[in-house]
Amino acid sequence: MFYRIAGQYKTSYGADYALFPIKQDAWLLALILVFAFVVFPLTASDFMFRALLIPVLIYALAALGLNILTGYAGQLSLGTGAFMGVGAYACYKLITIFPEMNIIGAIVLSGFFSAAAGVAFGLPSLRIKGFYLAIATLAAQFFLLWLFQKWAWLYNYNASGAIQVPNTQLFGVTITGAQAPVLAQYFFVLITVCILTAFAINITRGRIGRTWKAVRDMDIAAELVGINLMKAKLSAFFVSSYIVGIAGALFVFLWRGAAEADLFDIQLSFRVLFIAIIGGLGSILGNYLGALLIVALPVIIGTVPAAVGLPISSAMVEHLNTMIIGALIIGFLILEPHGLARLWALMREKLIIWPFPH
Amino acid sequence: MSYLHSIFVAPFADMADAPDFFLQVVWEGLVSGVLYALIALGFVLIYKSSRIFNFAQGIMVVFAALTLVGLHENGVPALLAVPLTLLVMFVLAVGIERAVLRPLVNQPDIILFMATIGITLFLIGLGETIFGGANKVMITEQLGIPTGSWVVEPFGGFVSVEQKDVTAVVGAVLLVIALLVFLNKSKMGRAIRALGDDHQAALSVGISLSTIWVLVWFISGIIALATGIVWGARAGVSFALEVIALKALPVLMLGGLESVTGAIVGGLAIGILEKVFEIYWGQPLLGGNTEAWFAYMLALLVLLVRPQGLFGEKIIERV
Repeated sequence: MFYRIAGQYKTSYGADYALFPIKQDAWLLALILVFAFVVFPLTASDFMFRALLIPVLIYALAALGLNILTGYAGQLSLGTGAFMGVGAYACYKLITIFPEMNIIGAIVLSGFFSAAAGVAFGLPSLRIKGFYLAIATLAAQFFLLWLFQKWAWLYNYNASGAIQVPNTQLFGVTITGAQAPVLAQYFFVLITVCILTAFAINITRGRIGRTWKAVRDMDIAAELVGINLMKAKLSAFFVSSYIVGIAGALFVFLWRGAAEADLFDIQLSFRVLFIAIIGGLGSILGNYLGALLIVALPVIIGTVPAAVGLPISSAMVEHLNTMIIGALIIGFLILEPHGLARLWALMREKLIIWPFPH
Repeated sequence: MSYLHSIFVAPFADMADAPDFFLQVVWEGLVSGVLYALIALGFVLIYKSSRIFNFAQGIMVVFAALTLVGLHENGVPALLAVPLTLLVMFVLAVGIERAVLRPLVNQPDIILFMATIGITLFLIGLGETIFGGANKVMITEQLGIPTGSWVVEPFGGFVSVEQKDVTAVVGAVLLVIALLVFLNKSKMGRAIRALGDDHQAALSVGISLSTIWVLVWFISGIIALATGIVWGARAGVSFALEVIALKALPVLMLGGLESVTGAIVGGLAIGILEKVFEIYWGQPLLGGNTEAWFAYMLALLVLLVRPQGLFGEKIIERV
């Protein structure tokens, strides 16, 4: 009823391949954007921004990067956390070496460092496949983490071994650092995420995205029809690590404010992988749904016992939280192995014919 | 030039100068290698029979050790606590098969892999909820494991060998022999291997998939308990063990995912080499703690030469 497609005729192939084949999809997106750009900034509290909105956007961006590699190009990666770290440390070094540099420039450039690291550790993918490839990314994960701890130049020889985000300004507004207004940070993250999402949607729909999908579905067959495997796999590693690196820079500069090497450990890699898989591999929308679920759940579960009045210690809440999230992940995998994005697609099909059964 | 010397000559000169110290390092590496091999063995069993890349093996080690210590703390005698822990592991195996594996049968590998990470999180939460997050001491003496140490004196130096390490190595060897006999001689063991070779053929001759899966997860549980006891005796029982269990992944890759031999050889090789590298190259040249990544890099290098690992089945792909 709300999704009625009657009367929307397609008269060309172009219209058939359009980004929004149905008008209602475009309206829905517009509604979400209105919420993101107007309604939330007017209504949400600082806590909402810090605990929910900003982390959801950043995690979704990291998952988007991973999804390009795992969901579109079919190369399993367990090293996302470390690549986020490369982005964050690169951004930190750029800002501290060139203090006059614009924060946008630093973030854009920092992505290239993690992209280079991604390509370097992606090289074995030309020879190693499947779960065996996971070892290459695990090697990246542990080696880079060790480098963040041991290479004192990276954190400017701080006694604490942590990086502290300096204050930077953009158009006269403080964007990073302790005094930055949260609203400005939110808008900065939101705009970055929107630009990169638009880029990702278009690259995955185009020629490059189609070669990635061919490689994912069967790399030998893809090679036989003339796809250059090396180019396809390494470009996937490049684009994916670039986005992941920017997510890492945002993660530290616009959310955490400070970071130690341990922040980028394997748990972070798994959290991002969960978001991508629960959201749906090979989908853009899924990353946002997955991030919403994985980031919001602990916040919600954490507030429930206090709201109901149960006397549970915060450590116990933490433990129960881990347990419930584990159970939910299994539950969601059983319910819909293709992720929340597929769940939405099924719902949309139903909505189109509703209220009729067929 | 002096840099090259410190890489290629000095470490070997050090080894030759103090052969007793070198032996000590190798022995330490061998003991941790045995533990890596044990964890990897649990992985291989499950992978062979169900093609599930079981990430939860590490947490099963922690969970088994925690259950054992927890039961003992609540007044259960040590020797009774062991069978009770095995019972818990059996219930866990049945539970996992019912709640996770059965509904997910025939899903892509990565989904099952993710499900085992879900199991990992669940077990971490469950373990912390029941036993608390604090470190615990393994009940080594109560289980009758000797805790003294012997001093051996080769080449005029001395090497100290802890008795519990010897117990660990002997116990692991016995466990592996028992496992190999079980897999090769018993009816159930042959059924497990048949399932590993060809699911459909095994089903068509009447092998029950769910029974075998419960069995395999239970055996992995037994191995997990053994690993937990030995490792707990060395380093205490805590959730940090789980990170160490991640080392089993490069061990597996190095040896080949389907191979029991590979898990053992890979485990020992990585255990010894990473200790030797850390002592002779890592600490003097790289600032230490190279054990964090050495195993992964070594596995990666080996895989570049042999993409299926040292003992894995050759991967044949058709279009």
